[in-house]
Amino acid sequence: MNVPDPLRYADSHEWIDASDPEAASVGISDHAQAELTDVVYLELPEVGRVVTKGEAIAVVESVKAANDIYSPVSGEVVAVNESLAEAPEPVNEDPYGSGWMFKIKLSDSSELDSLFDAASYREHIS
Amino acid sequence: MLPFAGWEMPIQYAGIVSEHRAVREAVGVFDISHMGELEVTGHGAEDALNRLLTNEVTKLGDGEGQYTLMLNESGGVIDDLILYRISQERFLLVVNASRTEEDVSWITAGLGEEATLLDRSQELGGIAVQGPAVSSLWDSLESPLALPERNGIVEDGSSGVVLCRTGYTGEDGFELFAPIDAIGSWFREILEKGATPCGLGSRDTLRLEKCYPLNGNDLDSDHTPLEAGLGFFVSLEKTFEFPGRAALLEQKEKGLATRLAAIRMTGKGPPPRHGYEVRDEEGEVVLGELSSGSLSPTLGVGIGMAYLPVASARPGTPVTVEIRGRIFPAEVVKKPFL
Repeated sequence: MNVPDPLRYADSHEWIDASDPEAASVGISDHAQAELTDVVYLELPEVGRVVTKGEAIAVVESVKAANDIYSPVSGEVVAVNESLAEAPEPVNEDPYGSGWMFKIKLSDSSELDSLFDAASYREHIS
Repeated sequence: MLPFAGWEMPIQYAGIVSEHRAVREAVGVFDISHMGELEVTGHGAEDALNRLLTNEVTKLGDGEGQYTLMLNESGGVIDDLILYRISQERFLLVVNASRTEEDVSWITAGLGEEATLLDRSQELGGIAVQGPAVSSLWDSLESPLALPERNGIVEDGSSGVVLCRTGYTGEDGFELFAPIDAIGSWFREILEKGATPCGLGSRDTLRLEKCYPLNGNDLDSDHTPLEAGLGFFVSLEKTFEFPGRAALLEQKEKGLATRLAAIRMTGKGPPPRHGYEVRDEEGEVVLGELSSGSLSPTLGVGIGMAYLPVASARPGTPVTVEIRGRIFPAEVVKKPFL
C-alpha cells in the first residue's frame, strides 16, 4: 500500500500535505480508496467554510455506502477539487495526486503533531 | 466482512462494480451458505405446503421449482422462498437466512401429521454461479450431473449435491447445495474455471437492477405481495386457505392503496439509499421512503424501490428523493430497470 513519506495521516484515513500551510491539500489514503473501491460520488465543502479538526466536511460514496470525510486539521477551506464532482475516478486512481479533495488554511499548525507520520500510519493500517 | 444473520459475509472481493460486471458479462460465484434449506417430506407434504404457501404447489412436477411466499394472517410477508419438488413426497425450500428460524416454527406449526420438516441449514453449504457463461463453465467441470432446466432441480444421491437452475441476479445460473465439508472445494474448483468471486454488495446491485425484492427491505410484515407486485406468485383461486388469503382477497376487492414502485434518478447526484425519503415533484409532500437503493453499475444512474400511493406509483410520474437535506429529481419507471 502506497503511503508517501512527506504526508501526515488521520486515524480516519485522510492525508494532508501541509507543505503550504496557507493551502494544505487533503485527500484520502491509498488504503482508504482500496477499502472503498469504486468511488461514484463526492460531496465537497464550500470554499470559505471554517472547520474544526475532526469535523465531517465531505462525503465520499462508493456503490455500497456513503462515508464521511473528516477534516484532519482546523482552518478555512480555500479551494476544492471541483472536477471530482463530475468525475470522481481520480480518488481511486491517483489518491495522492489528482484525487485531492480540498485545500485548507491551517489555523493551528501544531495540530499536525497529533496526526500519524507515514511510518506510524503504515503500522496503523497493517 | 459483514456480520449477516449469524454468518460472516464478504461485501466484496475485488470491488462491487467489477463483480457486478463479471456476472452480467461472463460468470461470477457467490457463497450462499447462509441460505436456509428446509426439507418437507411425507405423503401429506404437498397438501401441507399448499396450505402454508401462496403459490399453487400442484403446478410443480418432479424436478421443478417455483417462487412462493409465506404470509402472516394480515397478508404481510414472513418470507419469500423457492420451493422445489424433488419427488412427490419430498420438497426442498430455500429460504432467507434471517428468516430461517421463524420459517421453521411457522411451518412446524402448520404441517399437520402426515408431513415432516427437516432443517438442513447447518448441514448444507451453497454457492450460486451466475452469468451468461454458466452453461459452458458447468460443461468444463465434466460432472456426471446435467444442469436442470430453468427453475429445475436435480439431486445426486451419492454425493448429496443438489443442483438448481435458479438465482438472484437475472442472469442464467445455478445454485449448488452440498454437504458443508464439500462446498469449499466446489467454490475453488469453479474459481479455477474462471468465475469471479462475488460478495453481498454485487448480489444486492444485481438483484435490484432486476427489481427482485429483498426480504426485510422491500418485503415486510406490513406489506402484502399484491402491493409488492408479486401477485403472479399468489394463487387466490386454489382450494387451500393459506394464511393471509382472506386479507389479500379483501385488499384486492377494495383496491390497493400503495404499490412498490421502481424509481430512477434523472439527474446527476448521490446514489439513492435505503431509508431516504421519496417526495412529490416539488419536494414538498413525502410519499414514502426507499426500501432499497443503489447506484446501478450497469446503467450508471441511481435506482431504488419504494412503496408509494398508487396515484404516484405509475411509470412516468416525476418524484424527488431527499438526500442529506437536498432534493434530487427522479422518476417512477417500469419494472425492472434492466
